[in-house]
Order: sequence, then structure tokens, then C-alpha cells
Amino acid sequence: MNTLILRTVAPVITALMLLFSVFVLLRGHNEPGGGFIGGLIAASALAIFGIAHGPGAVQRAIRFHPMAIAGAGLALAAVSGLVSIAAGVPFMSGLWIYPDILGTEVPLSTVISFDIGVYLVVVGSVTAIALALETEPDGGAGEGEGGG
Amino acid sequence: MAAAAPAWTFIALFLPFLAAILAPFLVSRLGDKAAWIVALAPALSFLHFCGFLPEISAGEVATGGYAWVPSLNLSFSWFIDGLSLTFALLITGIGTLIVIYSGGYLKGHRHLGRFLSFILLFMGAMLGLVVSDSFLMLFVYWELTSIASFLLIGFDHEREAARRAALQALLVTGAGGLSLLAGLVFLWNVTGVTQLSLLVHLGDALRMSPFYLPALFLVLGGAFTKSAQFPFHFWLPNAMEAPTPVSAYLHSATMVKAGVYLLMRLNPVLGGTPAWEILLPFFGGVTLVAGALIGIRQTDLKLMLAYTTMASLGLLTMLTGFGSPHAIEAAVLYLVAHSLFKGALFMVAGAVDHGTGTRELPLLGGLRRAMPITFAAAFLAACSMGGLPLFAGFLAKEEIYAALATGNPRAVFFTAAALVGNALMFAVALAVGLKPFVGEGKQTPLTPHEAPAALWLGPVILAALGLVFGIFSPLLHAYLTSPMASAVIDEPTVITIGAMPHLGLPFGLSLLTVALGILVYLGFDRARALAAQMLEGLGPGPDRWFDYFISGLVRFSAGLVRIIQPGRLEIYITATFIAVAVTLLVPLFLFDELPGMPSWPAGALVQEIAFFVIAALGIVAVLRAADRLTAIVSLGIQGFAVAVIFLLFGAPDLSFTQFMVETLSVVILTLVMTRLRLSVSDHRPPGQILLDGTIAIACGLGFALMLLKAVGTPFDPFMTDFFNTYSKAIAHGANVVNVIIVDFRGTDTLGEIAVVMVTGLAVLALIKLRAGRGAS
Repeated sequence: MNTLILRTVAPVITALMLLFSVFVLLRGHNEPGGGFIGGLIAASALAIFGIAHGPGAVQRAIRFHPMAIAGAGLALAAVSGLVSIAAGVPFMSGLWIYPDILGTEVPLSTVISFDIGVYLVVVGSVTAIALALETEPDGGAGEGEGGG
Repeated sequence: MAAAAPAWTFIALFLPFLAAILAPFLVSRLGDKAAWIVALAPALSFLHFCGFLPEISAGEVATGGYAWVPSLNLSFSWFIDGLSLTFALLITGIGTLIVIYSGGYLKGHRHLGRFLSFILLFMGAMLGLVVSDSFLMLFVYWELTSIASFLLIGFDHEREAARRAALQALLVTGAGGLSLLAGLVFLWNVTGVTQLSLLVHLGDALRMSPFYLPALFLVLGGAFTKSAQFPFHFWLPNAMEAPTPVSAYLHSATMVKAGVYLLMRLNPVLGGTPAWEILLPFFGGVTLVAGALIGIRQTDLKLMLAYTTMASLGLLTMLTGFGSPHAIEAAVLYLVAHSLFKGALFMVAGAVDHGTGTRELPLLGGLRRAMPITFAAAFLAACSMGGLPLFAGFLAKEEIYAALATGNPRAVFFTAAALVGNALMFAVALAVGLKPFVGEGKQTPLTPHEAPAALWLGPVILAALGLVFGIFSPLLHAYLTSPMASAVIDEPTVITIGAMPHLGLPFGLSLLTVALGILVYLGFDRARALAAQMLEGLGPGPDRWFDYFISGLVRFSAGLVRIIQPGRLEIYITATFIAVAVTLLVPLFLFDELPGMPSWPAGALVQEIAFFVIAALGIVAVLRAADRLTAIVSLGIQGFAVAVIFLLFGAPDLSFTQFMVETLSVVILTLVMTRLRLSVSDHRPPGQILLDGTIAIACGLGFALMLLKAVGTPFDPFMTDFFNTYSKAIAHGANVVNVIIVDFRGTDTLGEIAVVMVTGLAVLALIKLRAGRGAS
């Protein structure tokens, strides 16, 4: 599978897919999409990159151990739920603010940060599995272990 | 009054736990002197509970507490009546002395701090147990005492005997705890209340209920294991592996009485029925006689005391279930007297061990000169245990005989049991409290010397109290025993028995007991041989059965695991899919719930039909594929076709997810296959193909039929309408699917992503594990 064509286009495809995954994540509240789908797209993107350039390259590109990314996502999701303590409403109540950024009203909420958490958990967990499988059992060269 | 303030009672209940946390730090700073400071905690609790005495003796009860989960009717609430208060005072009072004693007994031990911590943990648990009002609190504290007991018995964990005894005690009392839990659930379901204070008035409803007997058996399961009643008694003597302060405190004065406490507490609710009045006296009587006989047989001071404790617990159970107010009064008096003299005697045994280096009766003699203070305490306690006039034990024994000797045949039988048990216990009392101190001096491992103050303070106070309570019995009755008996009987009761002998049948029986006891004491060696002979005739005891049971259980589970977990993936997957097929198909056929044949959809578009055909072709390709890789990719064809169908029918989110899941499944399956290094193509014998094919078709058929059935039922649009109405209005999102995931059911999603992450970790661990094994 390690063909010249794949190796050449893989970075471009990966970059486009990652961008698309963020787009899908952010538009999810009103259009088809969301954290889960976005996370799967991003994981696929990293899998393609891994098939083309090896798991070591993926690991260097994402800097952190994928399981650490998943852990951060889970923590973010949990914290998004806990923010409601400060507002005195039940756990997981959605809280919204509408700051004015550069003349545009941007709706921000604990719901979107929760969805970002979902995204990170899915990316991290699936990528961790894929990277571990892509790594040759005997060699282990450049295996995604040191990060995090 | 100050004592009534709930906050102070709450603090008094938690003071032991607080001290348990602080004890190790204090010990590491101050050494064994820290015990005197730590003892302040139970002493303060004791004083606080003393403040309740006037109120309770006037016939009132003190309640208090805090709501915990009001919606589930759970509360942290206490209920203090005569029964609770007497127990609370015994626990904190004796506890104070035990803490001081421990400091002396384990002086210089490197884990003294840990030991004090465990003791105080137990104290807090036991205190909570006896004042608990809510069932839940009672159960939690009940289990906590078992755990504390486990830690204390296994304190000397480097010895195997201690570990075995600890585990045995935990298993027996823990199993009893579960039985109690089930019993409490029965009581709750029958009466609808979860508070002991309310339950007490619902006795009639409970006794009429068809669930009375199951509830009774389960509660007795808890009480009998905890209070070491035959045939669950065997853990108690083994528990003597614990350091002596533990034996004195947990396994004689307090914890083992938790079962008796429970029986007394539930006497107004469960008592008064034939079952109660047969089971309790019978098992109690057997325990009494067996304990006394085995006790005579021992030569170790602690073991002798342990078996007489078992006998005493039997006596208490027998009296509680005997079914007359007099018997309850006797039980109450005996319980108080026993806690005092048995606690003292255990501490004496520890002091003798400390002073001479041995606890073996035949090696001890003539210690009265070397250990005068210990001797005084031992002798006073032994007199109380033997029930000699002027002592608290005498009050109890008079009341016991007055209650039992009523003349009917049933009473004669139990009077005989009490007589034999008491006489043998008196002999043991003399053997422990008199024999080591009189006669010729003997060669002991250490030169006999008097114990330090920390070691004699406890026994002296407890033994002296036995005398004080006997002489000033009206005081004892007014403040402790009458309120306690009133609580157990659930009617105002006044105990009047005094310490001076008065002629009558009970006194005659008392004299007979004393005479018999002295006779046995004088011929102690002959009596021991006789008891040993009788017991050996009975074959192996329950202690041995326990070992057989445990090793049998281990072998059984090992065999079971070999059958259901052979370690071959094919077998697991085959079993899983057979279970799926059976679960889906059997109910459909069994209850005649098969769906009707679906009609051909009118107006199906060409592209819709086309994608159905592609999906079908994908499956054919999987089956026809020459090698595994092609088969996996072909599976992807079918998955993508289904994703397109979702899209065509208006579920973009679902379709989207399906695309990504299919892509990643193909990638990951391919990676797994290359890693497993299987042969390129899949060769199975025809029989295997037939079996696997049948299971696959059965699963597919099951899912298809169930889905057809599900979509065949009329659709309830309630949820759809709800989400369509409120998604935008209150959650600010137009994509209903996403709003459900992240907002309406966000907590579900949080759980799901946690599962995703744990799955990732588990897969990672499995891969690493295999890689490691491959490398080595």
C-alpha cells in the first residue's frame, strides 16, 4: 500500500479531512454533523496518513499520545457538565453566552465544549487503536509511546 | 439540655473516626504515651452519652439526624433508647480503657499507631451500629464492624494462622451481613418503613405476613453469624489470633454482641411467635453447652475465655428468645455483667502473658505475690463471672433462674442447659482468675512481674464496677438495665433484683451452680479429659467443614472457568452469536409474534432499489472472495450501500456516521488481519461451514424479523414531537440528533465516551500484551 501516489497525496488528503472534520464538528448543532462524526473523520484522516507514512510520522504530527488526547477530551466533556454547578442548575445543563467578536455575535456554550470533548475522545481512542495495530509487532520503530 | 443538641451527638458519633485518623501521627510523635491522648476521644463520647442518662431513664427516647437523600427516604438518623444507650456506654467506656491498655500491651510495637487506628475505626462503627435508626445506616455500620474485625484479627498478618482467621471471620460475618441485608429488605417491603423506630410499632403486621418466616431466617442468619451461634461459632475461637485488646473488646465485650443487639432490637417486631421461641432458645442452648464444654477442654487462657464467651452469647440468645419478660430482664443483666467481667478477664490474660511470657494454664502458678493488682482484678472478675452474691453476675444469674425455672417441661430442659453452662463457666472463671495466682510458683519464660499501670487500669476498673453495680443495684437498674429491658420488651419495665441472697428456687439453683463449678474446678484435669473424650466422639467440627467448603468452592470455580472460558476466540464468538440468535428468535416463535409478510413498496425509486442490489452484491462478494482481504473490503461495499440508503431516506447524520464507521472498520480489520498472520485465504471444513453458516443465517433472520415486527407496530410520535418542538426553543439547536446527543441526553453521552476511551485503553493493552509475548 506504500505507493508513491498515496505517499504524495496523503498529507493533502489528511489536511483537508482534518479541516473538514472541524467544520463538521462545529456546524453539528444546526446541520448534520457533530463531535462523534467529526472525530471519526479525523481518525480516518490520521489512519490514511499512518498507512502512507507510518505510525511514527502520525505520532510526531499529533505530538501527544492519542490516549492522552482522549483523556483530555473526556475531562473537557466532564468539566463542561460541571460548569453548571457555578450557575446553580443541574449537572449537564447547557449554558450559553453570546459575545460580540469583531462585530459578529458568536453563540458559545458548554454544549459545544462538550461536543469538542466527544470529538477528542473519538479521535484519540480510534487513533490509538489504529496506531498500535499499524506498528509492526517485532520492530516497534517510532511507535507512538513517548508523547503525552 | 446540652446532650440533646444533635450536633454534639453527631460529633460524639464521629469522634472515634477522627481519632482513628489522628492516632498514627500521634504515635509516631509520642510513642506509646499517645494512647492516653487518643483515649480522650472515646472518653469524651462516653461523657456525652452519659448526658442522656436522666432523659432515657425517665422513659424518653432521643432522636436526631440529617436528611441524606430525601428523595429516596435515606437519612443519617439516630435513635437512642435504653438499649442503644447501654450499648453506647459499654462501647465508649470499655473502649477508653482498651485504648489505654493497647498502649501498654503493644508498647514499642512498630505498628501501634495502625493498631489504635483500627480499634477506633471499629469503635466508631460499633457505636454507629447501636444508635442507627435507618436500615441502611445499620447495615453499613454492621459491615464496617466486620471489616474492622478482619483488619484487627489479621493485624499480625505475617503469621498464616492470623490471616486464615481474619479471612474466615470476614467470610462468615460477611455472609451473615448479606443475609441481614436481604432480611432488612423483606422487613422494608412488608412494612414500608426503613426506620427501626417506626418498625417497632408494626410487629403485628409483620407477624401476620406470609414473608415473616423468610425475613426471620435471614435476620437470624445475620445475628447468628455475628454472635457466633452454633453452627457458625467456629470463627470466634480462631479470632483469638488477634492481639489480646482486640479479643477483650471486639470478641467479647462488644462486636459479638451486635447479633444479640439485633435480636433484642427486633424482639418487639419479630418476637413472640413459635418460630422465634423455638429457634432462638434451641440454638442458644446448644451454643451455651457446646461452648462451655469446649472451653473446659482448653489450656490456653485466651481460648478458655473465648469459648466461654461463645457460651455466654448462647445464653443471651436463649434468654432473648425464651419469651417471657423475666428472661429479657435476665438477658439484659447478664449482657452488662458479662461485658464487664469478660473484658476484665481477657485483659488479665493479656497482662499475665505480658508478665510471664505464657498463657498456658499448666505452666502458671503462684503469681499472687508477683502480680497482686492483676490478681485482685482477676479474682473480682471471676467472682462476678461465677455469679457469687454481691456481684453483678449474681443479679444476672438469679434473674436467669427465676425466669427459666417456671416448671413446664420446656423450661426444665433450658434450666438444665443454663445450669450446666453456668457451672462450667464458673469453673473456667476460677481456672483463669484464681489458678494462675495461687499454689506453687512455676518456671515461666519471663520472671513474673507486675504489669504497668496501663495494663492493670482497665481490668481493675471493670472488675470493680462488677462489684459496685452489684452492691448499688438500684442505681444500675434505674439508669441502665430497666430502660434497656423496657426497650427490648417495648413496655415500661422495672427490674428490682438485689445483690443480697434471698431464699427460693433461684437461689437454690445458684447454690447448685456454685457447688458444681467448684467441683469441676477441683477436678479440672479429669473434667478436661472427659470433655475432650466427648467432643472427639463427635467427629470433625465446623472449622474443618469450613476448610472443605472453601477448597471445594475454589475447585468448583476453577473447573467452571475451564469450561466456560477455554481461551479460544472461535468458541467465544460462536457462543455469543448462538445466544444472539436464540434471544431473537425464540420469543418470536414461542409467543407467536412473527411479523406479517411486508408488501412490496409502491413507488420505490430506481436508485433506492439499485443500492439495495449493491448491498446484496457486497454480501455475495464477501462469500465468494478468494482471500480474506478481499472479503473484508467487500464487506465495506455492503456497508457503504447501507449508508447511502440511510441518506436516501432522510437520515444524514446516521448515514454520515455509517460511512465513517465502515471506513474505519475496514481499515482496522485489515490491520488486525495482517497482524494475526493468518493464511491468506479462509479454508474451513464443510461441517464448519455448515455450522457457521447456520448461525449467521439464524442471526440475520432474527434481526430481520425483529425489525419488521418493530416497524410494524404503530409509531408513537410523542418523542419526535417533543424534540422537534423544544430542540430549537430551549437548546438553541436545529439539528435534533445532535441536540439529543450533547444536550438532552448529554449525561448518557458522557458515559458513552468514557466507554469509548476505556475500550481504546483495553485494545491498546491487549495489543501491547501480545507484542510483549511475541518478543519474549
